[in-house]
Amino acid sequence: MSIADALAGAGAKPAGKRPYFLNPEVERVLAITMAVAQELAVARQRADTLERLLRAKGVITDHEIETFAPDPQASVERALWTQEYIARILRIVQQENEAASLQGDVASEEVGDEITR
Amino acid sequence: MDQTGRNDPTPTYDGPPDYRVVGRHAMFPETRHDEIERINFLAQMNRHLAARVVPGVKTAYETRVEPAFKAEHKRPIKDRHEARKALLKDSAFTTWSALRRLTMEQRQQAGRWTVLRQREQLAQTAATLTDGDDRLSLDPTLPIPRYVSAVDHHCMPGSYHREAFPGDVTNGANYDHGGFVVTGGLLGRYSDGGGHAVVGWVRRNLPDFAPRNILEIGATVGHSLLPLAQAFPEAEVTGVDLGAPMLRYGLARAKSLGVDNVRFVQASGEDLSIYPDASFDWVQTTMFLHELSSTALANIFRESRRLLRPGGVVLHVEQPQYTPDMPLFEQAMRDWDAFYNNEPFWSRLHEMDLDAAMVKAGFPAESLIHGGVTGVVDRDLFPDAAEDNTEDFGRKAAWRVIGARAPA
Repeated sequence: MSIADALAGAGAKPAGKRPYFLNPEVERVLAITMAVAQELAVARQRADTLERLLRAKGVITDHEIETFAPDPQASVERALWTQEYIARILRIVQQENEAASLQGDVASEEVGDEITR
Repeated sequence: MDQTGRNDPTPTYDGPPDYRVVGRHAMFPETRHDEIERINFLAQMNRHLAARVVPGVKTAYETRVEPAFKAEHKRPIKDRHEARKALLKDSAFTTWSALRRLTMEQRQQAGRWTVLRQREQLAQTAATLTDGDDRLSLDPTLPIPRYVSAVDHHCMPGSYHREAFPGDVTNGANYDHGGFVVTGGLLGRYSDGGGHAVVGWVRRNLPDFAPRNILEIGATVGHSLLPLAQAFPEAEVTGVDLGAPMLRYGLARAKSLGVDNVRFVQASGEDLSIYPDASFDWVQTTMFLHELSSTALANIFRESRRLLRPGGVVLHVEQPQYTPDMPLFEQAMRDWDAFYNNEPFWSRLHEMDLDAAMVKAGFPAESLIHGGVTGVVDRDLFPDAAEDNTEDFGRKAAWRVIGARAPA
């Protein structure tokens, strides 16, 4: 599967209209913010993993981290990571756009009525 | 906190274990460091919402929502629907709801990213394990009923049944490895705490029961099916489900876990005419009834009656029904998934008279069985639902059992 397909598929909107609990503009920003919070937690844990391993082995010093420069291959890997990262935190924008192009999408509450008639 | 204490379910640490303790098998998707930490974060988010945010919603209900309703209508709130609609006007409820919804969306995105990037490899693994094995029986012509196809249950894109290419197991792999986000480990290493709980219940309450043929309807990837097969190794155990990706994944998972007395069959529980009358000693559903419709429930109850041998047992494990003694706040909170997490039958199911539905399906009233179970887990690593006082409404691993024993 291509990177583009994987990004779109991972963030795909589930069938069923999305409920909003707050002003939609506010909720959109909250969703983006919490996704960023998630990724900050992930990044923090990864850094913690690395630092603990490397410190235990006496491999790195703080100075080496501050002066690191990626080679071309590493640059591409880091750029692809950033693309995945952005698609993740902008999930709600993707799903609202998918909703805008859909017809006949129903809310769970409506189906609850329909299938119990 | 020091690392050695992280997964110790003692008062020094209160929360889900690190995801790295989950049980792996040949079919389980590879999870990289950051993917694991995403799941850890989301499990902690759900824990935070249940343990630290919900109490504030309850306080708001008591101090703001109920008084405001009473002032406006000159009477108390009369049912869970009024309670929910009144809660929707309060910022404590809407903020919690918005966070709970987007946490579910983030969980789906996280899990799908992990499985989509390796979906061809996962399909290959499943094919290697299941090709030519008659214990996997698929029916591509099976219609997917409206109660499954209209909205994707728990916001899982593609639900249980959709496949992107022949042999696809993506949705099975997503369902299996990501459920931890919601359960926080309360279902154990292999998400099988529900199945082990059912086995324990049967051993305690029906000590002489020796089933030869066991059927689980809505078995998905076999989380609750395998404990039955392990507990009764002489029995032939069949799981039926609508979703081919679940069933492919399920047989591959079972085989790689060394459980061989199982079959996975694509069929609707509403029409199991592929099996003659009195084919099974035990018909089981586990956390399944709430994903049906009124008609489907009646059909499945009737099929389960038809399929039982004399003396056979049917058991349904579900979240508790709404009873008059359950506070309206709790009912409204339990109803949340029905309206905001794509569980369209949840609300109606939990207000139904299930005893009456069982009687209508042909089970004599005196044959009905009632009980309760909590998830059974490896307590060295996982929290125990029986000792967990956090109420994550509708999601806690504490269920009711309703069933019947067919007359001998």
